[in-house]
Amino acid sequence: MTTTELWCDRCGDPVPAGTAHPGCASARALEPPRYCHHCRRRMKVQVLPVGWSAVCVEHGEIRG
Amino acid sequence: MPEILDQARTQVLGDGVGLDEAGVLAVLNLPDEHLPAALQLAHDVRMRWCGPEVEVEGIVSLKTGGCPEDCHFCSQSGLFTSPVRSVWLDIPSLVEAAKQTAKTGATEFCIVAAVRGPDDRLMKQMREGVAAIKAEVDIQVAASLGMLSQEQVDDLVDMGVHRYNHNLETCRSYFPNVVTTHSWEERWETLRMVRDSGMEVCCGGILGLGETVEQRAEFAAQLAELNPHEVPLNFLNPRPGTPLGDRPVVEGKDALRAIAAFRLAMPRTILRYAGGREITLGDLGTRDGLLGGINAVIVGNYLTTLGRPATADLDLLDELKMPVKALSATL
Repeated sequence: MTTTELWCDRCGDPVPAGTAHPGCASARALEPPRYCHHCRRRMKVQVLPVGWSAVCVEHGEIRG
Repeated sequence: MPEILDQARTQVLGDGVGLDEAGVLAVLNLPDEHLPAALQLAHDVRMRWCGPEVEVEGIVSLKTGGCPEDCHFCSQSGLFTSPVRSVWLDIPSLVEAAKQTAKTGATEFCIVAAVRGPDDRLMKQMREGVAAIKAEVDIQVAASLGMLSQEQVDDLVDMGVHRYNHNLETCRSYFPNVVTTHSWEERWETLRMVRDSGMEVCCGGILGLGETVEQRAEFAAQLAELNPHEVPLNFLNPRPGTPLGDRPVVEGKDALRAIAAFRLAMPRTILRYAGGREITLGDLGTRDGLLGGINAVIVGNYLTTLGRPATADLDLLDELKMPVKALSATL
């Protein structure tokens, strides 16, 4: 992986910075993220009736 | 008009007696050109035997992931390489989720845990959580915690849980293809205890697991025999890492045929749209199902995936002139 790549937050595979896997981007409309975009760690994800939260032990919490 | 729809008009719409397995199969096998008539009849049955109201529910996962069971459709099994990690919801967040749900106008809030059955820690969390919700939120509390002992059934009744969800998932003959760590009969036994306790029984399943059309009819007949208060109807949303992760989604017309057929098998039950409808039916299909026998919806997000915004469903119900069932009507 080069410094211009990050990780797909759905499948955990590499993805060039600023882009997304088309299939994953489409699926993400109805899914929360599962992998940290920065480090590929699996996140602890809590889906709520309205919204979700995802926690990476290294990079903290994101919400949607 | 196909003979089965004539029969259903007399038997189901007229007399309130559901179709048997052969009748359900005939509906599931109707050609596309007769689907609108089947949906219209199912809608008429729903309106006559259930009325125009729609029951709205929200659900939340109290304990996510790490489940020891191997339900092949489920991303929360700890036996598969799913990206879903184990996480517990704390009580304040649970109460906040109930508040969010109540704000949508929902009368039902179902607390779900990914477990074989509850242990002491989960039952303690449930007791504290249900009490906290009842103290702060005007909503009915339901639960879905897997297989129960008689003592746990009694405890849930004592907490004030009014409905218990335990899906059979699929028909008896296909179940071993979907789950190997417990049996269909074990699920049935929990449902029997729940019924005997006086709690309302909520039992449905998932279509698109690889079952045949005949097995879909078998499932509808087995649910009709159980006669649950509510039947949540899910359509498989294939999850990465699960054994069914590569299965195709159910065709929209097949999903609508199933909605009509299940309504004609169970004219009086609450037939609820649950997971998977967004990818199987989309917006247009969601409307068709509500006009084809569905009379309840899960609004907002699901346990590990996201749903349509609650406002999208509520706006649709308003447009269809289907009133949301009031809490007073459920007590």
